[in-house]
Amino acid sequence: MTLLDVDIEFRYPHAADSADGEHHGVTCRWQDPIAEPLVTVFLGASGSGKTTILRCLAGLERPQRGHVRFGDTVWFDAARGIHLAPDRRHVGVLLQDYALFPHLTVERNVAFGARHLGREAAARRAAELLDTFRLRGLERRLPRQLSGGQQQRVALARAVFRRPRLLLLDEPLSALDRPTGDEMREELRAVIHALAIPAYIVSHDRVDALTLADRTVLVDRGRIVQSGSTQEVFDRPATAEAARLVGVDTILLGRIAAVEDGLARIVVAGQEIRAQAPADAGHEAALCIRAEDVALARHDVADSSVMNRWRAVVRTEAIEGPFVRVGLDCGFRLAALVTRDGWRRLALRPGDEAWAVVKAASIRALPRNEIRLT
Amino acid sequence: MDWVAVGLTLKLAALTTLVLAVIGLPLAYWLATTRRVWRPVVDAAVAIPLLLPPTVLGFYFLISTGPNTPIGRLYERVFSGTLPFSFSGVLLASVLYNLPFAVRPFASGFAAVDRRLVEAARCLGASGARTFVSVVLPLSWPSVLAGLVLAFAHTVGEFGVVLMVGGNIPGLTRTIALAIYDDVQAFDYQAANEASALLLIFAVSVLVVTYGLQRRTLPL
Repeated sequence: MTLLDVDIEFRYPHAADSADGEHHGVTCRWQDPIAEPLVTVFLGASGSGKTTILRCLAGLERPQRGHVRFGDTVWFDAARGIHLAPDRRHVGVLLQDYALFPHLTVERNVAFGARHLGREAAARRAAELLDTFRLRGLERRLPRQLSGGQQQRVALARAVFRRPRLLLLDEPLSALDRPTGDEMREELRAVIHALAIPAYIVSHDRVDALTLADRTVLVDRGRIVQSGSTQEVFDRPATAEAARLVGVDTILLGRIAAVEDGLARIVVAGQEIRAQAPADAGHEAALCIRAEDVALARHDVADSSVMNRWRAVVRTEAIEGPFVRVGLDCGFRLAALVTRDGWRRLALRPGDEAWAVVKAASIRALPRNEIRLT
Repeated sequence: MDWVAVGLTLKLAALTTLVLAVIGLPLAYWLATTRRVWRPVVDAAVAIPLLLPPTVLGFYFLISTGPNTPIGRLYERVFSGTLPFSFSGVLLASVLYNLPFAVRPFASGFAAVDRRLVEAARCLGASGARTFVSVVLPLSWPSVLAGLVLAFAHTVGEFGVVLMVGGNIPGLTRTIALAIYDDVQAFDYQAANEASALLLIFAVSVLVVTYGLQRRTLPL
């Protein structure tokens, strides 16, 4: 028994509609079992086609080929000419920027889907949701009189009013400023788990995937490039595009000079890099290094177990929350993410010399022939 | 003052406006939302009366609805009457001639409604019709009202089509505009003056109201 069975091909009506001009549609297929995972995040850059996938599921777009089945119900079947209208799919949809009805009060926005209920039942359900989403006291307000976080809560309450069997959320947090977004992310996670409705969330922000998703699906140029548990996808991006999406900060290309005991020696810009060998000597490799895996030292730490120690010059520093993102020049450009405290103790300034230190096990080496770099 | 003509004119204008609301609103919504390739053709067809002399429309209306034409025969069988030189004929021609004055304001109002609100309504389980009534109309009512007012006012001042199709029959198809023409022909400048002043005041008030509506944003 499957919850969702998707196999669709959608071409944009006008090629110019594709934001990056490089792809002309969306092609994807996957099947989900009935229970797990609860939260799936479709992660991709803007224009990658992730919103189009969501719109095809909601019934707002009609693919040219394929099918979408939800449990026993056929939502879409190109061959049989079936295309269920959005109002007959019984899903809870949150559109980008929420699309609240500007002429209706909070209460009437929330209860918009109340047609199937009696007046009394509708009022009870609305009251219940106003409580759940902390909207008490705002019932009579119009959407423009609400803060961004309040608008998001109204949109969510409205989407779950009819107890949908599936939630489709398009960038639920991107319209909010940073602190509000962090707060609402927490709330969103709690709400989805409380409601226990499977949710598909489209986002361009890897933080959403890292914090919300049981499963992460990476979307690039209209295709799914990787799908798996969030842990797996972030730890082991399958391709260079995937690595870029999950936020690997440095990607280096080089030829494998030698392989000893499964460890490859790759020379890039005069620096020797050691990592698990993705292929035999002589092959090209792509090396993915995450900023959080790069440590800094003032002096060479030769008496440690670390294989990769590169002499570098500090180029840039930028505060990122409790961390400092440091741009280094090791002959190649390298990003390091260190704690503010650690950075203060090093007392380094742009122009200073330092040592960048990375364990061989932290570098993800991919065979170059299976990836495309753009 | 020819009060029979005034009454007839108001009746014609009111019925024309009513018919235009019934057929014009769906037509305008379709024009504002469709992605079909032949939308421009329908758009152009609706706009034709803006450029065509009323006499041309009246002429084609007469020769295509006469008693020996398929339309004329069908109409005679169903309603046992004729369209030319009857009130129904004038009403039908008036609806056709006023189509752009109603449909174009409607359509521009509908097109200005954020498409995502319509999508949100559909995703919340509302049918297309309910979405139109509870989301689109409340957000575009100034344009809809402007279209209805324009169509009404334009019908009141109509001359060419009514003359061609209706034939200036007192009490049946002689509207106030035709009465003025007759008064002038008969050198009754006093009557023509009174009726003209009435129409002038009416036109100015309608324009003030219409422009007021267009400038007005939604009370939100």
